[in-house]
Amino acid sequence: MKLVDIIARAKSEKDFGLFVDAIPYAKFLGISVKEENGLLRARLAFDDHIVGNPALPAIHGGVVGALLENAAILQLLWTQQSVRVPKTITITIDYLRSAGPKDTFAVAHVTKLGGRVANVHATAWQDDPDKPVAAINANFLITPAE
Amino acid sequence: MPHNRALGIEAVLATKGMAILKLPYDERLVGNPENGVSHGGAVTSLIDAACGFAAISATDVPRRLVTLDLRIDYLRPATPEAPLFARAQAYHTTRDIAFMQAQAYQDDIVDLIAHATGTFMFVGKGAGGTERKS
Repeated sequence: MKLVDIIARAKSEKDFGLFVDAIPYAKFLGISVKEENGLLRARLAFDDHIVGNPALPAIHGGVVGALLENAAILQLLWTQQSVRVPKTITITIDYLRSAGPKDTFAVAHVTKLGGRVANVHATAWQDDPDKPVAAINANFLITPAE
Repeated sequence: MPHNRALGIEAVLATKGMAILKLPYDERLVGNPENGVSHGGAVTSLIDAACGFAAISATDVPRRLVTLDLRIDYLRPATPEAPLFARAQAYHTTRDIAFMQAQAYQDDIVDLIAHATGTFMFVGKGAGGTERKS
């Protein structure tokens, strides 16, 4: 099944499992998604395989970055009539607090949806959205549907 | 680091302030299933790991550190079915900060997949003279 068809079906059936399953790496990390008023909230379930520093333990920085990048891409796919998965041009990740052994949440805001480039800001948190563990700003190359 | 193991990351080379890591191709790490290209997040993890390795060896006495930020420019998509490499080097260190630069590539370092810069902060004793939480 073509990716664009999987996404169309996921949107019409509001089947977020199907949506995330379309991206193997998101599935590998254990990311799930819920929607509230057009905004997707991604959830990274804690598991041993995402640990970076086992002494703390803390979630691997690359995984937190990937959670945020996925949240941004999924938000773009959800709100935009897209024929292709957005391509990351640049991503800047700020690591703010250590992400401990618990679930992590992420929300992405599309700050600018241009004709070819979309700019997205996303934050990730655990217990308190006002105390984010990490934040990104990223530019994506997008291919809008005709 | 469990996630590095889960990804199958291997160390290729490590010297003072420099490290090269390898990420073997794996279908579970794919971003776009239509073309089999590895997800940018997997590249981020590889780059973060390479920078961490390189930063730890950058000082005469190895010191614990945490990532402050990473900026990754994606230059071209990775070729599927082939391993990824990341080479990271500390181009400057201060008492508190390691300034890192990294390149991700496959067959040839002049044909980059991604270019990255990042800062890492030293924590623990020796950082400002006191034990400090980041």
